[in-house]
Amino acid sequence: MWGRLKALIVKELLAVLRDPKSRTIIIVPPLIQLLVFSYAATLEVKNVDLLALNHDSGHWSQELIERIEGAPTFRHVTIAESEAQVRRTIDMRQAIGAVVIGPTFSRDIASGAGADLQVILDGRRSNAAQIVGGYLDEIAQGVAQDAAASGARAPPQVTIAARNWFNPNLTYQWFLVPNLIALIALLIGLLVTALSVARERELGTFDQLMVSPLRVHEVLIGKVLPPILIGLFHITLYVLAAIFMFHVPLRGPLPMLYVAGLVYLAAVAGVGLFISSLSMTQQQAILGAFLFLVPATLLSGFATPIENMPTWLQPATAINPLRYFLVVVRGVFLRDMSIGEILSQTLPLVLIASVTLTAAAWLFRRRME
Amino acid sequence: MKTSPAPPSGGSRAMRFFALVRKETLQVMRDPSSIMIAFVLPVILLFIFGYGVSLDAYSTRISLVDENPTQLSKDLAASFIHSRYFAVTLGSDRRPFEDALIAGRTRGVVVIPATFTADFAAAGNPSVQVIVDGADTNTANFVQNYAAGVVNTWAAGRRAELGGAAPTIDVQQRVWFNAALASRNFLVPGSIAIVMTLIGTMLTSLVVAREWERGTMEAIMATPVTAIELLASKVLPYFILGMTSATLCLALAVWLFGVPFHGSVGAFYLLAASFLVPALGQGLLISAATKNQFLASQAALISAFLPSFLLSGFLFEIDSMPTAIQWLTLIVPARYLIPSLQSVFLAGDVWPLFLQDIAAMLAIGAVFFLGAARTTRKRIA
Repeated sequence: MWGRLKALIVKELLAVLRDPKSRTIIIVPPLIQLLVFSYAATLEVKNVDLLALNHDSGHWSQELIERIEGAPTFRHVTIAESEAQVRRTIDMRQAIGAVVIGPTFSRDIASGAGADLQVILDGRRSNAAQIVGGYLDEIAQGVAQDAAASGARAPPQVTIAARNWFNPNLTYQWFLVPNLIALIALLIGLLVTALSVARERELGTFDQLMVSPLRVHEVLIGKVLPPILIGLFHITLYVLAAIFMFHVPLRGPLPMLYVAGLVYLAAVAGVGLFISSLSMTQQQAILGAFLFLVPATLLSGFATPIENMPTWLQPATAINPLRYFLVVVRGVFLRDMSIGEILSQTLPLVLIASVTLTAAAWLFRRRME
Repeated sequence: MKTSPAPPSGGSRAMRFFALVRKETLQVMRDPSSIMIAFVLPVILLFIFGYGVSLDAYSTRISLVDENPTQLSKDLAASFIHSRYFAVTLGSDRRPFEDALIAGRTRGVVVIPATFTADFAAAGNPSVQVIVDGADTNTANFVQNYAAGVVNTWAAGRRAELGGAAPTIDVQQRVWFNAALASRNFLVPGSIAIVMTLIGTMLTSLVVAREWERGTMEAIMATPVTAIELLASKVLPYFILGMTSATLCLALAVWLFGVPFHGSVGAFYLLAASFLVPALGQGLLISAATKNQFLASQAALISAFLPSFLLSGFLFEIDSMPTAIQWLTLIVPARYLIPSLQSVFLAGDVWPLFLQDIAAMLAIGAVFFLGAARTTRKRIA
């Protein structure tokens, strides 16, 4: 049995790796993804352009504009001449917003009465707009405080001592690269498995497989193992890049990442095989894989926390393997998560894997008969 | 085709072309997966972006440790509890919360130190500690900013009560186009671009790659059909499918998700049609270059789907990316569709912006189509 199984696994691996184009596509795009997307996918806001419409000629408005220009969030602060120019520039998305400074701004601050400042933001970029609004508010309060410090009374200021655990400078790549490990394993594992049966069916070799002495469960193992091996290869590639290229601190037990990763890939391969058994053509298999891939990625807690999703939708994430493995990779890389904690995330993965693999085997058997 | 045969009469040429288009259309209609990708996936995607993914973080789980509860510290704690941005768990010891932070069960720990009340009364330097989970930088930034906001607002209120009113600057924010700052309002229009990328590039590249894989492409090439006719007949059904799907998206966005639509329907369709030119061109180019469905799917994924998601300004600000990647976004067609689509929904018809984006999309499309035509010709020469 082992000889047969080995032959089948080699054949499946060859089906993916034989052709040089295929080999390239297994190696190069994941690296491009790592390089391009780990720098691109940031929700930070920097280098945005802003307008200033200044009706005031005093000191404090100049001070405010200078401070805005000095902040790393902003690239250029263009002095606008008119309301119409503000309108036009924001419409064309050449600036994210504008500060409008009234004629009495400096006088109001100097008199200690408190001044008004109007901030206009482009709601089409509502996420960035909110962050920019927050920064502008902070800068304005800074100006107000300095104005107060030059005056007489100094009421108690509450300072905020922020400490960022696990990632002191909040380096974005430290967050993203471990997440990409889970994503790439999903992407590759799913697509390779999804195509495996569908390709044989489309090329007509599926019938040959059925008349071979291989038992059904042997065929299944032969279909599931190669994608898991390829997935583990990608996990390793990304782990190495995370450690040596991006210098993400590896604080937890790395072997546990592989234990959880193996179960995770088995769960993914189960989904892939299920889709593959359901599909008549490769096209259906790929598109079916997408139908799983996109919601799984978006509802995993990767880009937005699960607790921010509506309450009725949150239970749906419980069957998403990516959700659990994301916790493990983040835990092993940055948090020094305990083995017990990792196992508690692996357990749901074991359940999901047994369900998806059983379902795939059932469907596969039905298709073979 | 290197040497084209004598030009046929107009009538037979049109007939030939329509026969081809008919064949392609039947192929699309017969395969349930095309219908699935054109009509089921958009519904799922819009649903997720309409309800599931929200960049507006409400009720983020944080823990609050009040080391020495007094009237003053309880008042500050109440500000956190009443903030709509946080769901607060209270405690008096920070240690269990620190474990929860490691396990990812809480996003941040706010500590009001034992000396807080004394420091505040003595006009010393009262401070509040905010510990965040840096493993998720987005949420960490968010918790930090909003915790600072809560503390500052509270402190300003206390100062006013104490009578030591310093000059404050009252920042009045006006958000144009999306006053409620609902992320749904810009995510739903953006996801239309993702749907159209899937149809235009992913689906097209797969279908045409299959013809190459099976050798039926060569069979058609052996007929008097010209390369241009062949490509056009491949593209037309998917163009119609893409536009139909765009219509479905528009209807769902407006009627189901209540995204405001201030522009004109004509502008919407013009933008959608312009985007399909580079999307379909890219699909053809990929299929001609790879001639294999697996390769085509990977190439479409890496060069079209992921860039539409990540390099288009859909979720992530292009301005914030490193300069080299900002240059790279210039050749991503979705980068031009998304700002215009968001505008047509939320701002109205901003024609100067639309024309600029349409021109960019058509230019990229022309390059892709030329590339596809060249590759197709070369393959059979």
